[in-house]
Amino acid sequence: MRAPSSNEAALGEVLLAVEDVSLTFGGVRALTGVSFDIRKGEVRAIIGPNGAGKTSMLNVVNGFYQPQSGRITFKGEVRTSMRPYAAARGGIARTFQNLALFRGMTTLDNILAGRTLKMHCGFFWQLFRCGPALREEVEHRRRVEEIIDFLEIAAIRKIQVGRLPYGLQKRVELGRALAMEPDLLLLDEPMAGMNLEEKEDMSRFIIDVNQQYGTTIALIEHDMGVVMDLSDRVVVLDYGRKIADGTPDEVKRDKDVIRAYLGEPQ
Amino acid sequence: MHILYQIFVDPFVQMGAAPDLLVQTLWDGLVAGVLYALIALGFVLIFKASGVFNFAQGIMVVFAALTLVGLHEHGVPAFVALGLTIVVMFVLAVGVERLMLRPLVNQSDIILFMATFGLTYFLIGLGQLVFGGNPKVMITSDLYLPSGAIEFKKFGGFVSLQKIDIAAVIIASIMVAVLAVFFQRTRIGRALRAVADSHQAALSVGISLEQIWVIVWFAAGVVAIATGIMWGARSEVSFSLQIIALKALPVLILGGLTSIPGAIVGGLIIGIGEKLGEFYWGPLLGGGIESWLAYVIALGFLVFRPQGLFGEKIIERI
Repeated sequence: MRAPSSNEAALGEVLLAVEDVSLTFGGVRALTGVSFDIRKGEVRAIIGPNGAGKTSMLNVVNGFYQPQSGRITFKGEVRTSMRPYAAARGGIARTFQNLALFRGMTTLDNILAGRTLKMHCGFFWQLFRCGPALREEVEHRRRVEEIIDFLEIAAIRKIQVGRLPYGLQKRVELGRALAMEPDLLLLDEPMAGMNLEEKEDMSRFIIDVNQQYGTTIALIEHDMGVVMDLSDRVVVLDYGRKIADGTPDEVKRDKDVIRAYLGEPQ
Repeated sequence: MHILYQIFVDPFVQMGAAPDLLVQTLWDGLVAGVLYALIALGFVLIFKASGVFNFAQGIMVVFAALTLVGLHEHGVPAFVALGLTIVVMFVLAVGVERLMLRPLVNQSDIILFMATFGLTYFLIGLGQLVFGGNPKVMITSDLYLPSGAIEFKKFGGFVSLQKIDIAAVIIASIMVAVLAVFFQRTRIGRALRAVADSHQAALSVGISLEQIWVIVWFAAGVVAIATGIMWGARSEVSFSLQIIALKALPVLILGGLTSIPGAIVGGLIIGIGEKLGEFYWGPLLGGGIESWLAYVIALGFLVFRPQGLFGEKIIERI
């Protein structure tokens, strides 16, 4: 267990700031005036009951959804609307709640796909697979093999991901996100549907990614034990509004949070 | 016993007895096969990039050929018309991406498939509005495509090769080779498969769906131009040409929907199989088996190898 750093000054500069973001789908208000920030190098958890708007929040951050109002500042740049591949280009990688893998491709190809943006060689070089393209390809393969070693999935690198068990698919998805060498990694329920052992593995990977590579992580998770252990700061959403924001210990004691999770006392 | 003899022995005796006819039949089959492969290629490109069978491929062939001939009729020189047709196909690709595919991101395959039906009828209407419904003659000689035939005195008889067929085989081969290399060796190839598997995931790793879709629809458009010229030269340019798209179906089933080499091999098997079947086994059934033999071969394949010869075999965990 890591000691949560309650001292804000110890944290890095603000990497991503969400200010007063509102998102509606027709009459449904998914997010209402949500503001929070993510600081460089921290693990930021977003929690809340089902339907609180957590995934919507991540979708806004990486450009799948365009909020109706509010501002998002990433790396000091304010943006109003953004397309997902532009977010990827800017250094935001993510995984999905219900997995979004290239099911027909092998583990290796899936992770290599994460490096699409890092490939710069003109396709004429790639056509003949020589010169700079060959060097580039070798370099990408080397990086991908590092990730495969790191995630301990060497045994499944040539297997189509559609055939893998769920826990491993989740791991491949994390590998693909890591291959992008992101500045900000968004994890949507990385441990959903896993057994205890798989959860422990995944927790270890998340901590290692954060500490070894210094990657900033924002994660959604329902397992409170995991959230309290992993995260530096937690933001709590309920019915699309932010109801609490602070260290795990502060959030745990917050009255609104307790009410949101356990209901009103009689 | 007699019927078995007629099926299993007699055709081969005939083949041995008249090798010139055999060679002629094989050549006809090869040409037909290459032309089928060309149509199938258009389907494969779009299927690879979106997991969708593009019902509009047939009408794209007609539309491309009509544009080419129509422009020429209005006094545009042949090669300028060809260039303009390529531009038109590019505009079509951009239009399809903007107006049809972009609003349908992350929708299921069947919805995209239905959208290609819509595109088919739109193109039929637009084509008739602009170029009229009358059949036109392909401008082969203006494009410097050869006509006439070469005759060989070989194999104890004559073998005649139409020059336009030779040109078709060469052009189609070059086209197929370029596309195969382009899509299998560049990063665009991997991006294509990625887009076909999952829009969401492709977007999240920074693949631009817009760009990929424009590229494949444009490539399919260029293939449609080549197909339109070659098929148009053999018959005429009219809306009935779009049913050749149906001929691509057995080719696709045989070769696998996702494989460029599969489209070629499938096309050749179907083309040669059809001609040989018609010539040697056709009389047994009263002829005309050419029109359905391909579908029977494809059915057989569906039973034993549903993913085709080269298609991706996808095993799903459920």
